[in-house]
Amino acid sequence: MNPEESDVAVIGGGLVGAAIAYGLVRLGKRVVMLDEGDIAFRAARGNFGLVWVQGKGLGMPAYGAWTQLSARQWPALAESLRAESGVDVSLEQPGGLHLCLSERELEQRVATMTRMLGQPGFEGYPFETLDHAGVARYFPQIGPSVVGATHTLLDGHVNALRLFRALHAAFVALGGNYRANHGVDRIARESVGFAIDAGGRRHVSVQVVLAAGLGNAKLGDQVGLTVPVRPMRGQIIALERARRFMHYPMGALRQTDEGTVLIGDSQEEAGFDTTVGTPILATMADRAQRIFPLLRDVRITRTWAALRVMSPDGFPIYEQSQAAPGAFVASCHSGVTLAAAHAFDLVPQILAGSLEPRLSAFSTERFHVSKAV
Amino acid sequence: MFQRLSEAGPPTLPLTIDGNAALARPGDSVAATLIGAGHADCRTTPVSGSARGPYCLMGICFDCLVEIDGRPNQQGCMIEVQAGMQIVRQEGSRPVDVEATR
Amino acid sequence: MSAVDALKPSFELAVIGAGPAGMAAAVAAAQRGVATILFDEQASPGGQIYRGVTTTPLRRRELLGDDYWHGQGLVDALLGCAADYAPRSIVWAVTRIGDGFELAVSRDGVAHLVRVAHLIVATGAQERPFPIPGWTLPGVMTVGAAQILLKTAGLVPGDGTVVAGSGPLLPLVLAQFAAAGVSVDAVLDTTPRDRRWRAAWRDVIGFATSPYLAKGVALLRRARAAGRVVRGVESLEAIGDHRIERVRYRAGGQTIELACTSLLLHQGVVPNINFANAIGCEQRWDEVQACFVPVVDAWGASSVPGVTLAGDGAGIAGARAAEAHGRIAALNAACAIGRIDPAQRAAAGAAAQADRARWLRGRRFLDVMYRPAPQYRIPVGDTVVCRCEEVTARQVLESVRLGCTGPNQMKSFLRCGMGPCQGRFCGLTVSELIAKERGSTPAEIGHYRLRFPIKPITLGELASLPQTEASEQAVVRLPK
Repeated sequence: MNPEESDVAVIGGGLVGAAIAYGLVRLGKRVVMLDEGDIAFRAARGNFGLVWVQGKGLGMPAYGAWTQLSARQWPALAESLRAESGVDVSLEQPGGLHLCLSERELEQRVATMTRMLGQPGFEGYPFETLDHAGVARYFPQIGPSVVGATHTLLDGHVNALRLFRALHAAFVALGGNYRANHGVDRIARESVGFAIDAGGRRHVSVQVVLAAGLGNAKLGDQVGLTVPVRPMRGQIIALERARRFMHYPMGALRQTDEGTVLIGDSQEEAGFDTTVGTPILATMADRAQRIFPLLRDVRITRTWAALRVMSPDGFPIYEQSQAAPGAFVASCHSGVTLAAAHAFDLVPQILAGSLEPRLSAFSTERFHVSKAV
Repeated sequence: MFQRLSEAGPPTLPLTIDGNAALARPGDSVAATLIGAGHADCRTTPVSGSARGPYCLMGICFDCLVEIDGRPNQQGCMIEVQAGMQIVRQEGSRPVDVEATR
Repeated sequence: MSAVDALKPSFELAVIGAGPAGMAAAVAAAQRGVATILFDEQASPGGQIYRGVTTTPLRRRELLGDDYWHGQGLVDALLGCAADYAPRSIVWAVTRIGDGFELAVSRDGVAHLVRVAHLIVATGAQERPFPIPGWTLPGVMTVGAAQILLKTAGLVPGDGTVVAGSGPLLPLVLAQFAAAGVSVDAVLDTTPRDRRWRAAWRDVIGFATSPYLAKGVALLRRARAAGRVVRGVESLEAIGDHRIERVRYRAGGQTIELACTSLLLHQGVVPNINFANAIGCEQRWDEVQACFVPVVDAWGASSVPGVTLAGDGAGIAGARAAEAHGRIAALNAACAIGRIDPAQRAAAGAAAQADRARWLRGRRFLDVMYRPAPQYRIPVGDTVVCRCEEVTARQVLESVRLGCTGPNQMKSFLRCGMGPCQGRFCGLTVSELIAKERGSTPAEIGHYRLRFPIKPITLGELASLPQTEASEQAVVRLPK
């Protein structure tokens, strides 16, 4: 069988891989997206659907800027996806609130936001600190336990399942080659690019982008990239559909355009175990019903746990391999928020053959990790 | 449509269906009461507003959802009628009432 | 003992499901001195096959038949034994604690935690999905639903009722209707015409020497009194605006429409695998029965240590086989917790094993005979596949063409399987649809991965469960 040829091979069909692959086919490139099978780890399943800005970037101003860039470009992403896939991802960017259920929480939150905005070179934005009455203006049904919140106008959310479908549909509609059950066994550097063995066949491409989440660690080794990611278990509770009453997203609670109420957002080190644990669910449920007491009688239809991708400092990793130029890695925790930046901003840099200095903060050099040669 | 065998005994339990007074047979489920009263449908769906009625009557299809005594999305087939019960066929997504807060 | 008020905090054994398997298991375990509790979601025992056996208004024996009233004996034994019996109790989550488990149980909207060393899951069977066009219309119900109405409420089909489908339950229900003096307008038999001759001779002999033949002949005789039977029905469609008004079918080269106010569908039962799946039990695809079945050994042991499966939930075999299986499972549980050793288990279980084998003989013939035809398992076009989320066959196929490889990925694309029924009425259809479109088999494609809660519970109830410092830290994440 002749090897399949493409300009760029994107390894991984989750939110990161699909956004990058989509951005590439939009620019007319021949792209193959190599994805695993039905029961893969799929961090994308753990996403909460937020297009979230506030609070991001304490410890890395470049991340704050990157996030804001993506949020600004999100409307363009939503529009082009709608045009190319027919799917409306229901982007809403009305601003969002990070709720606090104690004075201590609120103090810590304001301190964090202030410290973050005060970093040298941080691209600032205004935020409000709200007391209970202030929160009640956004959510009349807010529970008495809510002490306050921080609010910015930059936050939003999107129908994440439809985003996923739209990215895949648009990718295929624009001529992209999607290969499921094609977990990558081997990547080798060739004279004019890379030879990738996946799904029992060989693919050759000029460039390759590792967007395989937790799989990037093993794949990275093959192309001279050391990618120190580990799984972080996040559990999510979904409630039955209700008539829309939450018109603004919160960091850990939101209602989709279809009415489903989603409760997140836990984080635990749990290895590769995706079983759902009742104490964490109980804490999440307790918090949610203190935020909205009227949710007490609303039923949970499902819970799930996904393994999200965590780097040592929690910030994204973007890097081109020095040992194997043309091989890139893209890894992040917030695949939905950064989808626009990935599709519209990272992609041209990949095609230009080098990542711009403004992304240098995201390279793995920051971990002082020695690279395989 | 369904009809009642005489062995079942008479309906003697007063309750309301969509605000209208009705008599139910003690021991019946809410779903059986609706079916016995000639109502094939008990709700419209949140997704498309299509009419639905009980399908499996054993608690796994979740099509028999009705509002009982002000609480929406109750499985009618799993709940026995009580005197004075207020059964309301529901439309679309459930509301999330401020009044439900206790 | 009769139904308990309060739940004790721990038992050696929990049995889930008060059908024949569960009741027999609880009784057998209690007889061996195993501290046992039986949880059941219904208000009274009997499962589905003996539904309403303690409450039915239809006391005349010939109405529901001797097989039904056999269940009374099982209930009497349950209420007379030392096991705790907790009706109206839904076990919605299971967490491994050491070698045993912690069960989260919902009773009257309040959550309780109960510790057990061993678990017997006897959650039984469910109606196979029957995805014909219009199957979601009000007035379309399962035959099982009609049987529940009969047993529990004395409600029987009135004018304009059509029964459609295939399987050994149909003659039973029709015989019960006939005994109640009720006939239906038509019985549309979807059993493929050539099926009789497909069964292997071995299976035919098995059936002929099984308890089922005599029963079947008698039932069919009575059943014919209950309605006009049309054989070889190749397609079915339920038609109507806001409820069913007509059923359209094709048979003998003709397309016919019948006016109809009530359409009762049935094409066999399949194991209700949600609980076993969520707890992590391995399952396999059974090609003859065309369904997923948990993997169990001769004692009902599943692939999860500490979990035994019994009854139709471990493989469709009928009520009497389920009862024997429950006794077998109880012995396995007793052995697992060290009350008896394997040699004692074998000796004590010989009778139940033989009994079960007797009731299994002849099942394979029924399985082959009544395997639903493909067009009734694998819909096309705008036929609804996922009732809860209203996903159609066309949409499922489009997702496969987009590259979707299996039902779990399909969930992310279409929300298919994300509704409250948790895939019970779409799981098989989706797996078969994807398999057919990809040129694969359901065995390869797999099934939804299911999770707890096994039935929806309220947020308030979940919130009432204990939290830990670790759980708080994982959620609130205050900077240290």
